[in-house]
Amino acid sequence: MEVGELPEGHVGDGFFTTKLSGLVGMARKNSIWPLPFATSCCGIEFMATMGAHYDLGRFGAERIGFSPRQCDLLMVMGTIAKKMGPVLRQVYLQMAEPRWVLSVGACACSGGIFDSYSVLQGIDQIIPVDVYVPGCPPRPEAILDGVLKIQELIGQESLRRRNGEKYKELMESYGIQ
Amino acid sequence: MMELSNETIRQKLTDKFGEFLTDWQEPYGLLTFTAPKDLNLKVMQFLFDDTELRFQFLTDLCAVHYPERTDEELAVVYHLHNLADNIRIRFKVFTPSERPDVYTATKLYECANWMERETYDFYGVNFVGHPNLRRIQNVEEMDYFPMRKEFPLEDQTRRDKDDEMFGRG
Amino acid sequence: MMTDNHIKLPEGSIEKTTTTLNLGPTHPATHGVFQNILELDGERIVDAEQTIGYIHRAFEKIAERRPLYQITPLTDRLNYCSSPINNMGWHQTCEKLLGLKLPKRVDYLRVIIMELARISDHLICNSIVGVDTGAFTGFLYVMQYRELIYEIYEEICGSRLTTNIGRIGGFERNFTNTAFQKLERFLEEYPKVLAEFNNLFMRNRIFMERTIGSGGISAERALNYGFTGPNLRASGVDYDVRVHSPYSSYEDFDFIVPVGTTGDNYDRFMVRNEEMKQSLSIITQAYRKVQEFKGAEAEVFHADAPEYYLPEKEDVYTKMEALIYHFKIVMGETDIPPGEVYHSVEGGNGELGFYLISDGGRTPYRLHFRRPCFIYYQAYAEIVKGSMLSDAIVTLSSLNLIAGEMDG
Repeated sequence: MEVGELPEGHVGDGFFTTKLSGLVGMARKNSIWPLPFATSCCGIEFMATMGAHYDLGRFGAERIGFSPRQCDLLMVMGTIAKKMGPVLRQVYLQMAEPRWVLSVGACACSGGIFDSYSVLQGIDQIIPVDVYVPGCPPRPEAILDGVLKIQELIGQESLRRRNGEKYKELMESYGIQ
Repeated sequence: MMELSNETIRQKLTDKFGEFLTDWQEPYGLLTFTAPKDLNLKVMQFLFDDTELRFQFLTDLCAVHYPERTDEELAVVYHLHNLADNIRIRFKVFTPSERPDVYTATKLYECANWMERETYDFYGVNFVGHPNLRRIQNVEEMDYFPMRKEFPLEDQTRRDKDDEMFGRG
Repeated sequence: MMTDNHIKLPEGSIEKTTTTLNLGPTHPATHGVFQNILELDGERIVDAEQTIGYIHRAFEKIAERRPLYQITPLTDRLNYCSSPINNMGWHQTCEKLLGLKLPKRVDYLRVIIMELARISDHLICNSIVGVDTGAFTGFLYVMQYRELIYEIYEEICGSRLTTNIGRIGGFERNFTNTAFQKLERFLEEYPKVLAEFNNLFMRNRIFMERTIGSGGISAERALNYGFTGPNLRASGVDYDVRVHSPYSSYEDFDFIVPVGTTGDNYDRFMVRNEEMKQSLSIITQAYRKVQEFKGAEAEVFHADAPEYYLPEKEDVYTKMEALIYHFKIVMGETDIPPGEVYHSVEGGNGELGFYLISDGGRTPYRLHFRRPCFIYYQAYAEIVKGSMLSDAIVTLSSLNLIAGEMDG
């Protein structure tokens, strides 16, 4: 009987073998605890995504938290001004590994229509980003697509990724220890 | 009682302040005049206290930068509203950009507090007597006044976009 | 027996009896990014200091670079919960400067859109007040009907939230039959939803005890602080821009302006509630008036202003003047007459004003937005002094602070 999408493995009579990373990935991806970092208009579209019509909860991301210590996915929605940059970085640093970042909306991805002196032109100047969702604001379906892509990334992530050389280099390039 | 009209207001103001108030206009029906910057509080107090004029609501306070008017580059524009008779009025004071000191309106109108801080943040107008004159919208460390005409809109240190890309190079 | 080995307190801490709490820019209860530093004596607030500017996007400077119709997307993002009102206000400012007169049908269509936006804004505010007092259900239930409003916008302009709806001189296309059908469905179903939402809150003992008596401000102080909109009307002053300086044919409509007494959170909730009912009545009247236009008049959706409103595509390909106008408008080379104009509309939060100075070039010389949220947020420290922390949270959400409008 097919219950859900299983990771690759060998199914037997009452048992199922797979790699540990597959099992952990499946558990992690279906129970993300997101942190909505909503600053402006994209935040309202996020409220619509959380609502009953587009329902983010059916993908497992039911428990929205506002404390970075307890959350996995930082969803940055809305324009980040230069004044807000240090706050965002502080929130990112407080999150524990494994953590992912979803950048929702044109302003968070690249500054959007605000090419001005006070707006940070993309949050990837201060924190590493995993998935970008373009749009101004993106439709709730697009935000859901972004979350699904994050789920794909989580499901296929190697367990040793965060200890590897490439990850350390990435963190170094942002000045994060 | 006589209906309050732009002529009546103008008459009362010229009776009180005479030749000091200049440049009377009525663009789109809104009475506009210019006052010398030392008299801005006196004009507002008169408009507030007078029993017929009763301009007791400060709708807006902003500044405009006119770089070609030497010695009068910055204009502070006040929009006042008489809610009882439904009449609006606008007046401006001009100040040079080297020492842009203007008396603060916070004692009369509490809402002028942040509006003046914003004007200071964007244009550098120094409101004399303001309780807390520091930047409100931009970062505290910013050392220039961005809305003045000589400063560019874009952040000049950004690497990913440049004027060449937008056809302005 | 007390000896000298007991804990030594740090210097000056015995005199200091208050705690400093940072209700920071990232907080679930601050709907938007602004910071409050509170001095608490136990649970009571002794002092409060606000910091804003965390989403300052320099709208006014960007507007000096753009021709008039390109500024509409900027105005969307002021009060993004009710962006059509901002758009319409901006278009009316431009029309005032350019001296355009609009046909009645366009005015009535604009009224429908603006009142839908007002309902959408007040819905968010009231349901979030509910969420902050612990009642989550009302919010989720009512979001369904905001989706229906979004669908109506989508039929007309293609976008849900930041609509860029309408053009200088009217609308970009006539309202389709689907849009009117969705509007009829909304008008039919929404009153019952509003009644059920009211059932949850209006006479709810817990809600009333949380909100009555907290967050109040007197009418004189509110006027001195520059309050406008539902917050001012809750304090007892009946100032509504739609009645004082009617725009877009609001004088043809019959509606009342609800007014409260003490200006506390409950009064603000009730004023917004009643305004939603009045908006429904205005939309019904406007819809009936629009349906009275028959034949060729029913096809009118913009003013006849070829220098500012894009001509029909068939004309662009065949007529010389239309081609020239099209080119000039698209390239932004239409010259705006010099002058200065101040126009205001009744936004979801109060008087949203546009002060436009033009020097005759293709872009404004100076554009200033009179943003109601920015002006009344100053009063927050005075409102919450002496109240408890939980009251401060409810007051924050009932004032309906939208960060995009505050910082701009």
